[in-house]
Amino acid sequence: MDSIIADNNPGHETTLIESESIVIRFSGDSGDGMQLTGNQFTDTAAFLGNDLSTFPEFPAEIRAPIGTTAGVSGFQVHFGSKEIFTPGDEYDVLVAMNSAALKVDLARLKIGGIVIVNTAGFDKKNLNLAGYAADANPLEDGTLENYTVHKIDVTKFTKECLAGSGLGMKEIERSKNMFVLGLLFWMFDEPMDYTINFIKEKFAKKQDIADANIKTLKAGWNFGDHTEIFTTRFRVSPAKMAKGVYRNISGNQATAIGLVAASEMSGLPLFLGSYPITPASDVLHELSKYKTSGIKTFQAEDEIAAICAAIGATYAGGLGVTTTSGPGMSLKTEAIGLATILEIPLVIVNIQRGGPSTGLPTKTEQSDLMQAMYGRHGEGPLPVIAACSPADCFDTVLEASRIAIEHMTPVICLTDGYIANGTEPWRFPSKDQLKPINVEFATEPNGPNGTYQPYKRDEKLVRPWAKPGTKGLMHRIGGLEKAENTGNVSYDAKNHEAMTHLRAAKIEKIADYIPNIAPDSGNASGKLAVLGWGSTSGAIKTAVRELLAEGYDVAHIHLRHINPFPKNLGELLKGYDNVLVPEMNGGQLLSLIRAKYLIPAVGLNKMQGLPFTTAELKNKILETLK
Amino acid sequence: MSNISEQVPAAKLTAKDFASNQEVKWCPGCGDYSILKQVQTVFPDFGVPKEDIVFISGIGCAARFTYYMDTYGMHSIHGRAAAIASGVKAMNPNLSVWVISGDGDAFSIGGNHFIHLMRKNFDVNYLVFNNEIYGLTKGQYSPTSGKGKVAKSTPFGSVEEPFNPSELALGARASFVARSLDRDPKHMQMVLKRANEHKGTSFVEIYQNCTVFNDGAFFAFSEKETKKEQSLFLEHGKPLIFGATDNKGIKLDGVMPVIVDLNAEGVSVDDLWIHDEHDKNKAHIIASFFDTAYEGVDFPRPFGVIYTENRSTYETAMQEQIDELIARKGRPSLDKILSGDKTWTIL
Repeated sequence: MDSIIADNNPGHETTLIESESIVIRFSGDSGDGMQLTGNQFTDTAAFLGNDLSTFPEFPAEIRAPIGTTAGVSGFQVHFGSKEIFTPGDEYDVLVAMNSAALKVDLARLKIGGIVIVNTAGFDKKNLNLAGYAADANPLEDGTLENYTVHKIDVTKFTKECLAGSGLGMKEIERSKNMFVLGLLFWMFDEPMDYTINFIKEKFAKKQDIADANIKTLKAGWNFGDHTEIFTTRFRVSPAKMAKGVYRNISGNQATAIGLVAASEMSGLPLFLGSYPITPASDVLHELSKYKTSGIKTFQAEDEIAAICAAIGATYAGGLGVTTTSGPGMSLKTEAIGLATILEIPLVIVNIQRGGPSTGLPTKTEQSDLMQAMYGRHGEGPLPVIAACSPADCFDTVLEASRIAIEHMTPVICLTDGYIANGTEPWRFPSKDQLKPINVEFATEPNGPNGTYQPYKRDEKLVRPWAKPGTKGLMHRIGGLEKAENTGNVSYDAKNHEAMTHLRAAKIEKIADYIPNIAPDSGNASGKLAVLGWGSTSGAIKTAVRELLAEGYDVAHIHLRHINPFPKNLGELLKGYDNVLVPEMNGGQLLSLIRAKYLIPAVGLNKMQGLPFTTAELKNKILETLK
Repeated sequence: MSNISEQVPAAKLTAKDFASNQEVKWCPGCGDYSILKQVQTVFPDFGVPKEDIVFISGIGCAARFTYYMDTYGMHSIHGRAAAIASGVKAMNPNLSVWVISGDGDAFSIGGNHFIHLMRKNFDVNYLVFNNEIYGLTKGQYSPTSGKGKVAKSTPFGSVEEPFNPSELALGARASFVARSLDRDPKHMQMVLKRANEHKGTSFVEIYQNCTVFNDGAFFAFSEKETKKEQSLFLEHGKPLIFGATDNKGIKLDGVMPVIVDLNAEGVSVDDLWIHDEHDKNKAHIIASFFDTAYEGVDFPRPFGVIYTENRSTYETAMQEQIDELIARKGRPSLDKILSGDKTWTIL
């Protein structure tokens, strides 16, 4: 929080402080509408030109017991006038709608930060449900003495505001998040227009509900404006972002749009076979909206059927895709083996979550990398690529589709719950900025005597793709080992070894068609390289850039292609004295790097279902630099 | 592989044109040979160009079928052919899609896909070669083996009830349910033609003799001595008659099927149950002529088309929804999709 710039509020005297960046945490019960509140605040900040990053965090239960810590749903938004790469380690402002929310989220509120509490959520019953000791009340016992506290009976004000609206008590109570949102808009000097328009659209057919929400929103704003308890407002100026047109996007939305783009850029009809699983279901939901682009989405009877239907769709000449999370990946494994030996294009998106087993369904982790690399019976290497931010899911899934089609192989594309649900502003490309994906269907015989040889390879070691319906190219493929070129079933020992090598060499050869890697920040050699992959990008970027500014010799290298690695990766890493690999797992990329390049890289590992904080990374980097 | 020079117009194809260049490797005397022969015999009559035909199979002896047909084909993984075939048909509804499965492949490891395929009603033909045994893994009991079956994994007899496949399919809302047997080529050809004509999932159970591990499992229904006594050949619009000299019939007493002696006094063919393959209630009763005895009387095993109905296929409904939406809303440009509805500009 930087400089005082104004002092001119019409309602009452306040101080307006210009801030470089702010982190707000909206926290409440699952039914309190915190996700919607956070999203509305985010959209408005985005429209005002702030850079931002969000982190929705919710329980695995749809409606955990009301008032308990298990049911707390949080939404964190970090917005600023500078570049923002993470949702922030700690928050400047915490909104706690009940006792449980305060209990869960107070620990990460900055000392001196602002906490806004809904006092209605701090009665005896709520305190008890949240697990506070009998007669303990954090609002009164000094727990909050290091913070600026605003105690407001949001529930009571909402009821008063909507008295006589004709709405039932349940609907009235449901509007209380709008009161908070209005107050926050006032505090951060942001207009209400976007949210008012949103409410009008959302409740176009329920005029009374729309009116109630807008009225409560304005009441919240006016409460800030007219109550003298609020003496400080903040303003976050627009960020100096690259010129262009932006939208706000989550990773799962970007994945869905990336698949639509892959279909358009390849000219192949897209088929998604999927089975509902957290946190991947949103991709199925989102893609199902694009039927007008000819997209076929298929909610299969199980994970296995989902991938098998996608394999069938690809076999018939489309682009088959399946989306899932860890447990679903396990179920799909046998079918991935089939697609590997069939050598057909297939995009497999794993939106990782905490495991093993059901693990932490709504929390993030990067612990399926080894599964992606080696999780098949037999020798069956496959391309593995990973997205590093919400918007990057678009580029990554498009790249996965390109590799799948142009190299005739299944591709495993990894994202995770953190970037799947998180959002950021996206300077989206136009169609003419996207590279076409090259598809060649076989139409003519390629073997002796006018025969078709389905396993005859080209210079990329890629086999031809003849789809059913093509005259004269009838052939059979299957899971049994095939003879080179003809593809006929072969149990010949030497042929099996040759085909195993050929399939592996084909994947290795993809390295010739991907770019070399360069540091994201820092020098191309030096004391320490921080090597990351996937969603840790924002936190590593922030930590390394801050340390570079402080004069430390450190660089950040971030991998998209994990199998095969970029060709220059080994050389690049050997230019540093030390390599640090932070991962939200037990050290999986670390093992791959050490095994492949024989360098003594070290890991920083976190498995708490939460992304790295910048502070955690900076501490470890400084320790490694010592 | 195929040879371009051998191509002939679909109308002039013969059974030989459907044979691939791969050597057929089932055990001598296996019922699969007969099924392959009947399929290759009737396919020329269907008038579908070879390139528009796709065979998808899972794992098991039956699944090797795919390699022996000179069409497009995929020999896939155990139990999953139904799901793969669904994707094929969804992507290209113009293809004639045939699933080849066995009793273990279809009803055990692939049981979930089987029931959902019936419900979803993709226009594919699903042939189950039922030999009531696991052949390729050398002789374990299967989900259609009778209770008490002594096999490799059940040396003291199986303790499980078998599936009744027709009942299972009807319960899963199959739109076409039929049964035939390897040792009755004419009947099988008729059933295959009916399956081909049906729009929707056609479930055809084919009793198939495994000479090695379960020889004679269906001889009661196929051999001269017992066939007429123990089998009931259904024809739409015809009375239910069976017996060594066509001397027995089945009539309905309320919802109870009753076997009557047509030579007995006062019993007429006119009293018999007339098969209506569109009547689902009666189809359930016919399907139950399995191990079930009504009031201690064993009923003959029904063959032919037990049930069929016309209803929308999955791939048609899927495509119609897409076409209707595009007609109503138009096809958005990729640029429109990329930008979404809410954007802002940084100048």
